[in-house]
Amino acid sequence: MNKESTSIQFNSQGRLQHFLTIEGLHKSHILEILDLATSFLTVGKREVKKVPLLRGKTVVSLFFEASTRTRTSFELAAKRLSADLLNIPVGASSTQKGESLLDTLKTLQAMHSDMFIVRHPGSGASHFIAQHVVPGVAVINAGDGRHAHPTQAILDLLTIRQHKKDFSTLSMAIVGDVLHSRVARSILQALRILEVPHIRVVGPRTLIPKGIEEWGVHVYDSLEEGLVDVDVIMMLRLQKERMQGGFLPSEHEYYRHYGLTAEKLSCAKPDVIVMHPGPINRGVEIASEVADGPHSVILQQVSNGIAVRMAIMAMVLGRVAEAPIP
Amino acid sequence: MTTLTISGGRLIDPAQGIDNLLDLFIQNGKIVGIGKPPKGFKAKTVISARHLIVSPGLVELSARLREPGLEQKASIGTEVEAAACGGITTLCYPPDTDPVIDTPAVMELIQKRAQKEGKAHLVILGALTQGLKGESLSEILALKTAGCVGVTNAWEPVVDLEFLRRAYQYAATFHLKIFIQPEDVFLSRRGSVHEGSVSARLGLIGIPSIAETIALATHLEVIRETGISAHFGRLSSGESIRLIQKARQAGLPITADVAVHQLHLTEAAVEGFNAFARVKPPFRLEADRKRLRKGVAGGVIQAICSDHQPHDFAAKTLPFEQTEPGLSGLETLLPLALDLYHQKEMSLSEVLACLTHKPAEILGIAAGHLAVGMPADICIFDPNASWQVDASSFKSAGHNTPFEGWKVKGQVKMTLFEGKVVHMHM
Repeated sequence: MNKESTSIQFNSQGRLQHFLTIEGLHKSHILEILDLATSFLTVGKREVKKVPLLRGKTVVSLFFEASTRTRTSFELAAKRLSADLLNIPVGASSTQKGESLLDTLKTLQAMHSDMFIVRHPGSGASHFIAQHVVPGVAVINAGDGRHAHPTQAILDLLTIRQHKKDFSTLSMAIVGDVLHSRVARSILQALRILEVPHIRVVGPRTLIPKGIEEWGVHVYDSLEEGLVDVDVIMMLRLQKERMQGGFLPSEHEYYRHYGLTAEKLSCAKPDVIVMHPGPINRGVEIASEVADGPHSVILQQVSNGIAVRMAIMAMVLGRVAEAPIP
Repeated sequence: MTTLTISGGRLIDPAQGIDNLLDLFIQNGKIVGIGKPPKGFKAKTVISARHLIVSPGLVELSARLREPGLEQKASIGTEVEAAACGGITTLCYPPDTDPVIDTPAVMELIQKRAQKEGKAHLVILGALTQGLKGESLSEILALKTAGCVGVTNAWEPVVDLEFLRRAYQYAATFHLKIFIQPEDVFLSRRGSVHEGSVSARLGLIGIPSIAETIALATHLEVIRETGISAHFGRLSSGESIRLIQKARQAGLPITADVAVHQLHLTEAAVEGFNAFARVKPPFRLEADRKRLRKGVAGGVIQAICSDHQPHDFAAKTLPFEQTEPGLSGLETLLPLALDLYHQKEMSLSEVLACLTHKPAEILGIAAGHLAVGMPADICIFDPNASWQVDASSFKSAGHNTPFEGWKVKGQVKMTLFEGKVVHMHM
């Protein structure tokens, strides 16, 4: 792995100063975030849903792409950490007037914010922003193009850990549009770091990146075969635009071969869990009976997301060691 | 009358197989003697080239100087100075300016600007189709009459093969050479890097190697059918070398070049979303890089160019896929090419051939060699002097290079254009 692409998220002491990608993290980083997130899980269940870790800090949420779920999750996480939050829906403002990303960033920096949470349609956009912020300002990647969605990967791991004892014996299948999926890229990297022994991807070859076998992943054309004896299934969202450009003929044909139905689910282990980063397309990649069924942990993923994002925000701003969780 | 002697240097002229300690005698901008002066010659100025190589000025096959139309990036004025700094005295200009070079009027405008600068010859490729749109032919004969050395559709595709066949037939009628950068637009248009493990990991859309080889194979068939002479530029895939070799063995009138950066870098250069390493065609695999170097050393590829594309700051400071491809290459061409000599893959004279008389032959122009009566376009350099690439000191307005900080070997000490010193670093 290339040092340059990942080292930017660490400071000279090897502590996280940005959170841009899973690539380059050590197992200990991931476990530390998972443990901290676990301790934050209870905050949301209290009467006063706040801890003062980021009091006096200004967090700017900078979304260049529409998002409800991730943006809300980050906003709640920031608020529960007592940060001041500024939400800028950039898609609707300056960039449409032709301002460059760099200029938008400079303007916002002049307002002395401490952290940017960035969602952008371009792969590498959060790296780009991290390269150009002044020292001391943290950047958290809330999804950049097809590249990475690292907070999603951590919340997926947390969800898995709540159900499965040990990563080292796990068998997991990721199903669908891996090619265009930042969620898939990030979780695949995380699973490798945690040395998960059996990682499978399932999908039509048009939606599987060339050379993915190099990541220690087994590729399956058939969903039934790919699900045999797995502990965890992650379904990926299928975008409507894949029907153009020859990736797929129709949603109907996709559902017939790759839609997760109760029947196909029976190929997996009896205690299998089903995950999905959301928002789900019922009847396209997943049947309602499965999405709402007993194996589904989809809503639990959402709840976990807030705690995970709290943990990551507190860590990159260096607020964890000095203020133990009350 | 100005007279000048370049004395004591090791004179290498690959075209004539000269590699010897010979003095060069120049009068009124022209070479008047090699080894011995003409009768009665008295030099007003003597330049000592002791311990240095004296070679023909380099001939660059693809330099975008951004004028007219993209003056925020560079101008003919800044870029011919960069060329002089790189030992380059002839630049070949692709027609994808704004306006496109599809009429003699635009050609003349560029020629006038170059003449005013007086630091390098510009030779021009005309647009094969009007506005490079691939829909109707340019007035190719008029372009030829006005002095263009060949025609090309640059990066723009001609999708309709029947149209392409006619275009080649028409250009062949007037003995114009066609210059091709092979790329299938459908396979490449969404991509920004090589399709491989780096693109897969970074979530960047890739351009597969077959984008080049399929286009190359198609063009080769149309060339076979029409009998036109063609030059393939900026090859990036190892497989292309095999196709070119096979076609040349079958007697097709074709030549090829490679951009010097392709001999050094691979897809790994874009790690960390390094936009300076975004080039077109993209950097590919180590195996490709090696086969390209072998292709040059073995003579399947005749020329090395810089594929110079200066950019403004803003063009490279964006999220990766929004940045523009290309690097500023004139000032690093010679040392990067000399690596083939330092790594003992080629002799010094062979490397210089790829930078001087061979590209000149491809363009069909009298340049790139040292003969009595030729313009005194000379590059004097030290092949062993090391220096560190520092884009901020580039003469080019484009500071975009993936070689920043590299320690390279080979430094231009002096460039003469028509007998006039246009660059000196002694």
